[in-house]
Amino acid sequence: MANVIKIKKGLDINLKGKASEVLLNGGKSATYAIVPDSFSGITPKVVAKVGDKVKAGSVLMTDKNRPEIKFVSPVSGEVTAVNRGEKRKVLSIVVKPDAQQEYEDFGKKNVASLSADQVKESLLNGGMWPFIKQRPYDIVATPTDSPRDIFVTAFNSAPLAPNFDFIVKGEEANLQAGLDALAKLTKGKVYVGVKAGSALNLSGVEVVAFDGPHPAGNVGVQINHIKPVNKGEVVWTVNATDVILMGRLFNKGVADFTRLVAITGSETTERGYIKAIAGCTIESLLSGKVLDNGHIRMISGNVLTGTKVSMSDYLRAYDCQVTVIPEGDDVDEFFGWAVPGFGKYSVSHSYLTWLTGKSKEYVLDARVKGGKRAMIMSNEYDKVFPMDIMPEYLLKAIIAFDIDKMENLGIYEVAPEDFALCEFVDTSKIELQQIVRNGLNLLYKEMN
Amino acid sequence: MKALRNYLNKIKPNFEEGGKLAMFRSVFEGFESFLYVPNATSKTGVHIHDSIDSKRTMTVVIIALLPALLFGMYNVGYQHNLAIGANPGFWMTFIYGFLAVLPKIIVSYVVGLGIEFTVAQWKKEEIQEGFLVSGILIPMIVPVDTPLWMIAVATAFAVIFAKEVFGGTGYNIFNVALVTRAFLFFAYPTAMSGDQVWVRTADTFGMGAGQVVDGFSAATPLGIAKVAETSTVEFPWSFEDMVIGFIPGSIGETSVIAIAIGAIILLVTNIASWKTMFSVFVGGALMALIFNVAGPDTATAQMPWYEHLALGGFAFGAVFMATDPVTSARTETGKYIYGLLVGAMAIIIRVLNPGYPEGMMLAILLMNVFAPLIDYYVVEANIKQRLNRVKLNK
Repeated sequence: MANVIKIKKGLDINLKGKASEVLLNGGKSATYAIVPDSFSGITPKVVAKVGDKVKAGSVLMTDKNRPEIKFVSPVSGEVTAVNRGEKRKVLSIVVKPDAQQEYEDFGKKNVASLSADQVKESLLNGGMWPFIKQRPYDIVATPTDSPRDIFVTAFNSAPLAPNFDFIVKGEEANLQAGLDALAKLTKGKVYVGVKAGSALNLSGVEVVAFDGPHPAGNVGVQINHIKPVNKGEVVWTVNATDVILMGRLFNKGVADFTRLVAITGSETTERGYIKAIAGCTIESLLSGKVLDNGHIRMISGNVLTGTKVSMSDYLRAYDCQVTVIPEGDDVDEFFGWAVPGFGKYSVSHSYLTWLTGKSKEYVLDARVKGGKRAMIMSNEYDKVFPMDIMPEYLLKAIIAFDIDKMENLGIYEVAPEDFALCEFVDTSKIELQQIVRNGLNLLYKEMN
Repeated sequence: MKALRNYLNKIKPNFEEGGKLAMFRSVFEGFESFLYVPNATSKTGVHIHDSIDSKRTMTVVIIALLPALLFGMYNVGYQHNLAIGANPGFWMTFIYGFLAVLPKIIVSYVVGLGIEFTVAQWKKEEIQEGFLVSGILIPMIVPVDTPLWMIAVATAFAVIFAKEVFGGTGYNIFNVALVTRAFLFFAYPTAMSGDQVWVRTADTFGMGAGQVVDGFSAATPLGIAKVAETSTVEFPWSFEDMVIGFIPGSIGETSVIAIAIGAIILLVTNIASWKTMFSVFVGGALMALIFNVAGPDTATAQMPWYEHLALGGFAFGAVFMATDPVTSARTETGKYIYGLLVGAMAIIIRVLNPGYPEGMMLAILLMNVFAPLIDYYVVEANIKQRLNRVKLNK
């Protein structure tokens, strides 16, 4: 282990419902879908038509502005629907899978013998490109850019997050091949952020271990501690779980989106991992595994950054986790502001829960638990924001549309997910991630 | 409890847009969220939230204020007993003070919350709970004999012109309670200073009537020091009295011990910043020491630092007013600077101004103005450091 970076600020929310490291049955989905909304910075252009027969790896849609970025079908079958919403916005492209899966053949390749352009082309054609995001803006990377460095995060520190060491078992060769491919794409280095104590053995990349609470696993935090992004620089970021899929593309020659999805949360009856293909229905993962009393919230992803979904909805592209928590809309808490509050989770010590120790697991529901206010308390965000950035002032600059200030205060380094904990602890219940997303979008428009 | 919930659900439609009581919608929502934690769930963003909200925050501050308030009530009775030379026992003393203070609390809340409710309804917003704290601070920082109508006028002025015109809770530049106090101070100076206003000598609702004993003075220690012609002054109280709080003064400010209990509550619950609080005391002590060495030859300048910190509104202001997160510096470095300057400025005003004995109120209000400037420079320093990083990389 080369060097360990210790993260001090942050917060591990000890939720009930961790996934045990066992494989569960499930994952056979009646339909699969691509949901364009899960990718930032994309204007979807649908290529496939309803009724088309597609293979796993066939193009379903492209980005209108950067048509070389392709989004491919995760399975072979028939395109059954292109669902549209208001202003004909594409909501999802649905594929009904065949009984026998067929794959587009991209050809097995030895990464070491490929040039940068060949690697790029393979990733684009194989539908793996959307997994590469860029800072600034936290959007799907532009293939024509040459990034300063590429950062891969090989652990997730969010509440109830899947254990990467478990996911990677048996996939080490694919991970290495994927990293080798990424290394071709930058003149700088590929940094892999791992959890301190991880036994991951990788070559050709710079491994940096991180120790500390969430958001230590956020790639943004890792970049800020390894080599921060300055104005004018572009870096790319990828999750190691997606690097495995990239490696598979080279090693097997097919677009195989099979991954392990963790089933977590206090309202699940069975917890563990399911082998599933990206884009499967939530039902295929959760059916028969939740305490359904009509008041549950299902989330694709984790409780901080995930998307609210229903049984008929789809697992989002980047997610390796579904979480089920109580919705809480049926709870009537009498005089909540006045009670001593043992058992109510709060980072502040204004409820007496902090006296009960740290090992206790909590069941949190989806209630906001208060009205939206102006920013009143100071230094709340800073305590859970381990970057060399002043979160409150950056947020205020975004709210004020002050572009110079945003740049100066570090907007190029952040993604909405970096503010998720700030949003969690916020007394004033402001939707900070949305503010950051709006700021990034605004800036992207101004700059391009 | 279920019955109450059902009843609220039943009458709720009346208050919604188009209902016959829609004009009281904010008030209804205010009471509903007072009774029950709102069970609205998150729509976008994080799916779980910390249990704290601004209602809880304000509740904790009020709890922290209670020791000082209760002691203040007792001290009102105690000082009255000294004035008329009576000793009716602990409970009667407390009840006398309680009855003297209670109308002030009621007036402050009724006027302030009345304005807040009206504005909230007018702007079609939720009622914000900021005034819950201001409303209890106001009666605690005035002399016991302040007429109720003055409190009403000053509270109305402060809530409207120091808070609502800026946009409401969280947007104000000045601490609302201190603006109330400043308004009283400048509009009705005779009711706010001198040696007549600090102790109630008359009866309260017929209780505690009596003749003022000969030679009784109700001057505050700082007032005595101010008019002293020598450079040393003999107080009729021991330092212990000053710490415990058996001295004349504004209702809530006298007891250092009661304020310390409040300070501990605020710090343990992470509601107030220890950086601000601590540096106010440091700033005050340092400035007092400087005056001891190099100050003018007056009693206030030569007063030892610990008396400066224990007397007047210094401790109360440091713990409850300077730490107001909205009007104080919000950056961590800024908090040290802000606190030091508040403390130093309070002592400078006490020592150097020729007119009035206390300086804490003006010091905090003055620094309220400078807080954004302090933060500006702290943020600029961060920006500069970030720009240097670019240069280093080149």
